[in-house]
Amino acid sequence: MSTTEQTTSLRASAGELAAQPVWLIMRLLDIPMRFAQRVIGVKRMPYLFILPNLAFFGIFVVIPLFVNLVYSVTGGTGLFMSQRPYVGDEQYGHLLNCDSIIDVSTCREDRFWRGVYNTLTFVVLQVSFMIVFSLVTALVLNRKIRARGFFRSVFFFPVLLSPVVVALIWKWILLRDGLLNAFLTSLGGAKILFFVSPAWAMFWAIFVSVWAHMGFFTLILLAGLQAISPDLYEAAEMDGTSKSRTFWRITLPLLWPNMLVVIVLALIRAVQIFDEVFVLTGGGPGTATQFLVQYIYTTGFASPTQNFGLAAAASVLLGGALLVLTLAQLFVAQRKERT
Amino acid sequence: MMSRIASFVLRRRNRRKLHWTDVFTYVYLFLGVALMFGPVVWLVLSSFKTQAALQEFPPTFLPLGQISAEVDGFEDPLPLYSVTMADGTVRELAQIRRIGIMAQMVDPANPQEKLQIPIAGREPVREFRLAIENYTKPLQQFSFFRFLRNSVVVTVGATIITLLINSMAAFGLSIYEFRGRNLTLGFIIGTLMIPITVILVPVFLVVTELGMVNSLWGVILPGAATPTGVFLLRQYMLTIPRDLIDAARMDKASEWSIYWRVVMPLSMPALAVLAIFSVMWRWNEFLWPLVVLTRNEVYTLQLGLNAFQGELQVQWHFVLAMTVVTLLPVTIVFAFLQRFITTGIASSGMK
Repeated sequence: MSTTEQTTSLRASAGELAAQPVWLIMRLLDIPMRFAQRVIGVKRMPYLFILPNLAFFGIFVVIPLFVNLVYSVTGGTGLFMSQRPYVGDEQYGHLLNCDSIIDVSTCREDRFWRGVYNTLTFVVLQVSFMIVFSLVTALVLNRKIRARGFFRSVFFFPVLLSPVVVALIWKWILLRDGLLNAFLTSLGGAKILFFVSPAWAMFWAIFVSVWAHMGFFTLILLAGLQAISPDLYEAAEMDGTSKSRTFWRITLPLLWPNMLVVIVLALIRAVQIFDEVFVLTGGGPGTATQFLVQYIYTTGFASPTQNFGLAAAASVLLGGALLVLTLAQLFVAQRKERT
Repeated sequence: MMSRIASFVLRRRNRRKLHWTDVFTYVYLFLGVALMFGPVVWLVLSSFKTQAALQEFPPTFLPLGQISAEVDGFEDPLPLYSVTMADGTVRELAQIRRIGIMAQMVDPANPQEKLQIPIAGREPVREFRLAIENYTKPLQQFSFFRFLRNSVVVTVGATIITLLINSMAAFGLSIYEFRGRNLTLGFIIGTLMIPITVILVPVFLVVTELGMVNSLWGVILPGAATPTGVFLLRQYMLTIPRDLIDAARMDKASEWSIYWRVVMPLSMPALAVLAIFSVMWRWNEFLWPLVVLTRNEVYTLQLGLNAFQGELQVQWHFVLAMTVVTLLPVTIVFAFLQRFITTGIASSGMK
């Protein structure tokens, strides 16, 4: 027997072994399902098939969605509904109570508003950088280059890393005695305490999240670029069209549907930023990199006085913002389908 | 030499004039490799350094360990230093002890002669050495192994449940025509709009009512039904010829056996994609476990890592090694299934 045959048969038997328990469970489930089929008839079987999934959605998405609204209009510190008195719009009033919209410190719940402003700053900057860098990367990867597969996977690799791992990789580089400060001092500069300066902390929050997620958006744009017919470029080249003109007149308009998807998806993700930055900076220094989701998490779960009502009210507002963005996404997706 | 490398890299099929974008492309690509891979390489290299080596500034590139020498008359091996003597010669000496700014040293070749050397004039003699103990110690001393086990349980358990219930739903929604089908589809699309960040508090209430706080079930169940999974599988199952299903019905197969004996085996590629995604989602999940799991014993790897890095005195030599272990499975999956993952994302736009 040749080696290839051996490995194939080995793999096949390993597969069989793994399939055994699955086969057994499915066989056992066959008995009640057959019985159910006899009772309710074939016509009603699809309901049985979609039931488990819908039950999960019902319990963990739909019910919570309504409960969230209830939480946001009740007060007290209890988790259970029976312990929570109705307070009307008090939670929202508390969140939105500001003497002046421009000055965050005049708000009663200034941590919320800092979260909002930080999130807005983050979203605007992060999404812009994300789009520019993923577009440039996609354009570069779409050229006739050597080892394209290798380069594509290099840019994609960080997407798979967990937010905690991403944050720790960069934290280790950015520490006071880290690699970057070693580099700066070797150039004759001084050490920079990146996590002590608010501006630097925000910069690295943006940088690290772009680093971690850029590959995902690059992939979507690359798929769009590869769908553009090469004939168009050949025709443009024959006409002697300049490269920049080709880019603005052919590439960008034809890439636009994918670009819109990227913009909306990047916005939806950026608004919900939490994991990487929470591990990287902990929201600090002070509240410089504390974002909306961290506010919800801290208010509801991580502070000594767990204020579920306030956290729920804040998440209803976040949900409203996301709803607008998601509707925009659906609108965009439909337009993409039509074109 | 450099020009030969340059001409190799920039060699083109037709000898067109070199445009600035050609140069830019390769500069960008190589900077990109450095920036994307460099930090990960640095993490792996650092994870093999000893605790003492990690505190050095500036850091060395490779993990180095100080060489020790057996010296007659001393029980333990003594650390070796390269010492610049007063007359300018350089000798390799072993250090017996350090007293203030002076070190008492001995020549390993001549153990009788003891020397007093100022500590400024000595450099440790080092060789490339991997501090494997960074990896082995956490496994024995800390709850690291438990975190690992919890993560595996969550990942495997959630993936099995997700595959089962999502494929059942996709089967129901693709093979049958029934009243309320479009409504159900619309409903499932609707749940796509509600990320966990929006319903953090009430899901916690539901999980508390079910008694699953601080239990791995509390992490596994809430995210088990995924709209993206249902859609991915449904799109695939729609392409299965209906004749096959009709033929099975003729043979008196039950609906359940049509599901798992006919449709499931034919949907293997889509199931594989969903399985890969589910493993990635669950292995990397952070915010929801952070809310549900508050006790150390039930922490997943991600939570354990976060807790260790948040300590007052961070034991970086352990944290770095644990980080490497955490990123390893995903990296291996990526190395083998890269094409699967990238085409899966490019075609479905999900992550």
